[in-house]
Amino acid sequence: MKKVIEGSMAVALAVKACRPHVISAYPITPQTHIVENLSQMVADGELKSEFVNVESEFSAASVILGASATGARAYSTTTAQGLLLMTEVLFNIAGLRLPVSLTCANRAISAPINIWCDHQDAMTVRDSGWIQLYAEDCQEAADMQLQAFKIGENPEIMLPVMVNMDGFILTHAFEPIELLDQKMADEYLPPYKPEIFLTTKNPVTFGILAEPQYYAESRYRLEEAIKASKPVIEEAASEFKRIFGRYSGGLVDKYKLDGAKTALVGMGSVVGTMREVVDEMNSHGQKSGLLKIRTYRPFPKEAIYDALKDVDNIIVMEKAISLGLGGILLNELKSIFQGKKKQPRISGFIIGLGGRDIPTQSIINAVKKVESETIEDEFIDLRTELIGAGK
Amino acid sequence: MNETTSTKKKEPIEESQVAPGHRACAGCGELLAARLVMNAAGKNVIATCATGCLEVVSSAYPQSAWKMPWIHSLFENPTAVASGVEAALKALGRENEANIIAQGGDGSTADIGIGCLSGMLERGHNVLYVCYDNEAYMNTGVQRSGLTPFEASTTTAPSGKISWGKTTDKKPMPEIAAAHGIPYVATASVGYYADLQKKVKKALTIKGPKYIQIHCPCPLGWIHDPALTIKVAQVAVQTGLIPIFEMENGVITSVRKIVKKRPVEDYLKLQGRFRHLLKKSGGEDEVKRIQAIADQNIEKYHLI
Repeated sequence: MKKVIEGSMAVALAVKACRPHVISAYPITPQTHIVENLSQMVADGELKSEFVNVESEFSAASVILGASATGARAYSTTTAQGLLLMTEVLFNIAGLRLPVSLTCANRAISAPINIWCDHQDAMTVRDSGWIQLYAEDCQEAADMQLQAFKIGENPEIMLPVMVNMDGFILTHAFEPIELLDQKMADEYLPPYKPEIFLTTKNPVTFGILAEPQYYAESRYRLEEAIKASKPVIEEAASEFKRIFGRYSGGLVDKYKLDGAKTALVGMGSVVGTMREVVDEMNSHGQKSGLLKIRTYRPFPKEAIYDALKDVDNIIVMEKAISLGLGGILLNELKSIFQGKKKQPRISGFIIGLGGRDIPTQSIINAVKKVESETIEDEFIDLRTELIGAGK
Repeated sequence: MNETTSTKKKEPIEESQVAPGHRACAGCGELLAARLVMNAAGKNVIATCATGCLEVVSSAYPQSAWKMPWIHSLFENPTAVASGVEAALKALGRENEANIIAQGGDGSTADIGIGCLSGMLERGHNVLYVCYDNEAYMNTGVQRSGLTPFEASTTTAPSGKISWGKTTDKKPMPEIAAAHGIPYVATASVGYYADLQKKVKKALTIKGPKYIQIHCPCPLGWIHDPALTIKVAQVAVQTGLIPIFEMENGVITSVRKIVKKRPVEDYLKLQGRFRHLLKKSGGEDEVKRIQAIADQNIEKYHLI
């Protein structure tokens, strides 16, 4: 049954369906509605979780770390500054191989302070060892939450999973949502039963010191695990489809790419706008397609190459930047084509930073620009009057 | 574990909850304190530990000195991790499985981890926090912390031509902990280990957050003979510089009385970190200032 609810409520209900033992979070806009909803569910006795209200995001991440190490299913949610404050713990959680899950309501990074959406927060922690999924809409964000624990808790993987949803654009959007049935959720996501956890019945030491003769192997195993999660992510989506009738996951999502000459590439809610552009381009006889990157880490190189290997022109639209390098996704995507026979033209644009609207026309204009030349790292819709003349 | 409170009998090694063979320096007060704490606590313990000497010397892969389930995460968060452990035990119906002991050094406790500690105390988690206070960042090479005492020389607040060392005294962590309204706060010293173990055992009978701060000499950082660790710890207490007390629900309920008060010089002269006070001209006035700190403690805590 579909119900029109806010994105944050959709996620909170999905988290509830996961039956987490421990939730810990610190309020930060635009994540707040998620934690408020979860708190209310706990206060009303509808959700049997220990809700630990902490004094910082650093502690929130540490609490779910400790809970997960003790054998509990643990969840947190944050955004932007909160995610960066967690950074040290995020790396630690992955290194300890603890399959917690976190929703990141993607938001810009200060300074200047800005509470609106872009992807700089999550993309900045891309090397932490967390699996990162990006939702296009509220339904995906909710469905991916269930998949997140399914993927992370796989005994072969044992990694934390971050579900990214665009702050405000999705967290505060009201959309018709197919609510997750608890029985189906239980069938999909069985109770978490880790092999090793903190218990007096089988004392273990977590968080050892690894000297040079051991450290690299530990990191190697981590890299192997996150790479090995690619088929597990696909399986989690297939299994989800079997039970719920929706796929809502996987590595990438291809749209009209068969026979396309031009491919747009993006992540998150902007993909909806890009899809409209693709439709319009096709209606004018321009053979175009769209590649939505759902899983950003592990980076689905093979799936991306397979989807784009026949196109002539690739246009990456991204809401983050590696300062001093340029578009992160752009550069990663370019690396996929290194040494390949067919070299498509790959252009990249920085869009929608700090919540700037991305009208369809802006994307159309960008696409027109790269018909004849390759453009890298151009900021779309810059207000020239604010950055000085001659720009 | 009765033998551990005896001053004569040695505990059998196989019963110690912290195994020998760890990498601590000879005469390390912190490892001694950790062993005393864990042996007093007994077998049903889940421990968390901050980054620092304690963690580094005890958990180098593929060995571990910890016989209980033990987790080290980061420098700042043994308390937040312990909060998560406690929440998980509750949620999983395993509340009675273990006492939870969170451990950190003075740097973790008073400086980098004070936010996480405060959060854990404020939230009322059923966790015993133990601060092993060796009065500086020893693991990184004796740098100043918030618990370094007045005018001790450290590598980041050294004595010099125009400096006597640290310009402020120890942060009042026991009082800060007690100000959270927690049921039990105590100070202890490795110099008086029966008292230390009694306090650990008592703390574990109390529900809610508990805080014990243990004064632990560090021969490397304090620059003293490793054979004198216990003596140094005892003299610190006998001068009044390290008051030993219990605070229950914010009220001081016991103090270790000083039988024979010793001048602070007796303590300072045992350690290289205070040598400049006894050698440099003008040092006498500085020693008087340290004596005043001891005298204030004696008055404040009614140590005599």
